[in-house]
Amino acid sequence: MANQALGAPRLPGPQPVAKNEVVSGLEAKSEPLLRTGSSEVADRIFSLAMLACGLCVLALVAVILYQLIIRSNLSWHASGWRFFFRSEWDPVNEQYGAWPFVYGTIVSSILALALAVPLAIGVAVFVTEMCPRWLKGPVAFTTELLAAIPSVIYGLWAIFVLVPLLRQYLEPFLAKYFGWTGLFEGAPYGIGMLAAGIILAIMVVPIISSITREVMTAVPQQQREAVLALGATRWEMIRTGVLRNARVGILGGIILGLGRALGETMAVTMVIGNRPEIARSLFAPGYTMASVIANEFSEATTDTYLSALVEVGLALFLVTIIVNVLAQVLVWSVTRGTPARGHA
Amino acid sequence: MNLLVTIAAAGAVILVLLPLGAIFAYLVFKGISSLNWAFLTQTPKPVGEPGGGMANAIAGTGLILLIASSMGVPIGIGAGIYLAEYGRNRLGDLIRFTADVLNGVPSIVVGIVAYGIVVLTQGHFSALAGGVALAIMMIPTITRATEEMLLLVPNAVREAAYGLGVSRWRTTLSITLRTATSGVITGVMLAFARVAGETAPLLFTAFGNQYWNWKINQPTAALSLQVFTYAISPFDEWHRQAWAGALILIVMIVLAVTAVRIVASRGMLKGAN
Repeated sequence: MANQALGAPRLPGPQPVAKNEVVSGLEAKSEPLLRTGSSEVADRIFSLAMLACGLCVLALVAVILYQLIIRSNLSWHASGWRFFFRSEWDPVNEQYGAWPFVYGTIVSSILALALAVPLAIGVAVFVTEMCPRWLKGPVAFTTELLAAIPSVIYGLWAIFVLVPLLRQYLEPFLAKYFGWTGLFEGAPYGIGMLAAGIILAIMVVPIISSITREVMTAVPQQQREAVLALGATRWEMIRTGVLRNARVGILGGIILGLGRALGETMAVTMVIGNRPEIARSLFAPGYTMASVIANEFSEATTDTYLSALVEVGLALFLVTIIVNVLAQVLVWSVTRGTPARGHA
Repeated sequence: MNLLVTIAAAGAVILVLLPLGAIFAYLVFKGISSLNWAFLTQTPKPVGEPGGGMANAIAGTGLILLIASSMGVPIGIGAGIYLAEYGRNRLGDLIRFTADVLNGVPSIVVGIVAYGIVVLTQGHFSALAGGVALAIMMIPTITRATEEMLLLVPNAVREAAYGLGVSRWRTTLSITLRTATSGVITGVMLAFARVAGETAPLLFTAFGNQYWNWKINQPTAALSLQVFTYAISPFDEWHRQAWAGALILIVMIVLAVTAVRIVASRGMLKGAN
């Protein structure tokens, strides 16, 4: 019967319908190419499994928060907010004040941003606006390569190359000409706040410059052409046409860099000197929140000691989350109109 | 002024690339000179004895990464599939946002959490704890990359499959994910490269070990940990080995990143376009 139907000449116009009459009602039911009965169940299971994976991501943040909160409970109940503003850190006598670490984290991060931001924006401006086309790829690639180097390798390099350089050349120079500011006093050991700031700057430049590049590319080409048509030079065009339009996104990139600098552990631990002191001079050793956890966590023998370290971790977690959310919102507000680009 | 700015911008590029060049030059120069066969095949010698190597640490890094990927890759890809295929709603937005937040969590904090979950439950440091810490760091990266790549697959491809009566899960797995394979692999390798050199979360999870270890519930050496311990030690012989270890580590990572770039440039989504 089916063969007959296939073999029948295809005639234009109304087709003979006689065959349908022979077909019984049951067989005439149209069936899809594949059976769908079982796949509905499979579809359901699959979508639930994927949902479970997605919920895992939410659960992870919940678990992180929960762990940090219950494990730092002891310390929180012992001293409350005062924990962050007291400056004695003396585990032997059970004195826990996190101020030296908070101070060290803030100062090293600010120092890093002060060094990194002008460089990063310079790199982004060069790559997006000035660079000959053939150089674009390699420069972008190498700056991103900087981001792929593990921080322990930065630390290794800093200990054996950067610190001796600072000790022999830069620090004596700074002490001689800028010693009067009070920022560059004392013996130039090399190891200390300045070394930490410099290595952090090297590490955050790629982050800031890649975000800056992204938001600068998002500025419409017409903006540039309009400003140029008004007789602006290239620099005036970049300043008024590009940077001014992208400034919110650039700020977002800077804050993202700040987030990275705040949480950076290994490289800083290796060069900052690890002493819970507060000194005005950048030559002096310091300590950061991340590095105190790295150094003392596995040696923490008492519950209160461990709890105090976890509380430092909790504070670090909350601060970096706030900083990152802020950065995301700023970057998103500039780039949302443009299609997503890969970061690879 | 114009010229001045151009010079300043070019100067910034040079100033940024200088440390990169210096780091690579030192790694290669110092690393190769202390790299030898013993380094790749022996375990560390006690302090003061020359020789020895980091073979157990290389294997340990491999073990930890294996544990981390066996947990992180399926969950990350699954969450990515959810976001791309089912996540056009508020829950999806929440997960997307959370993944971005998770991406910025300092690695040392992840270490504390893995310590709390695994080490305290087991009662001792272990490779498993290190793997869990690194898996937590891999998941958000893989999730977002997978989502981005799946969204690049044109809807027409999905509709074509549906039109043939293929069920949704088969379409997602054998059509959409298949089309985006090279992109997803790129994401996975980037996450891999990112955690391969992580040290901070391993300090009090995997902890390090002077000897061979193949058990997932025992403390394990890792290349990055070993580089850290040796770098801050006072011994010249150990400093030398730290450079060699760092060279091996960076070679592993650069190979991964370069492979990724080749895969990525070799027609991502070729089948779809």
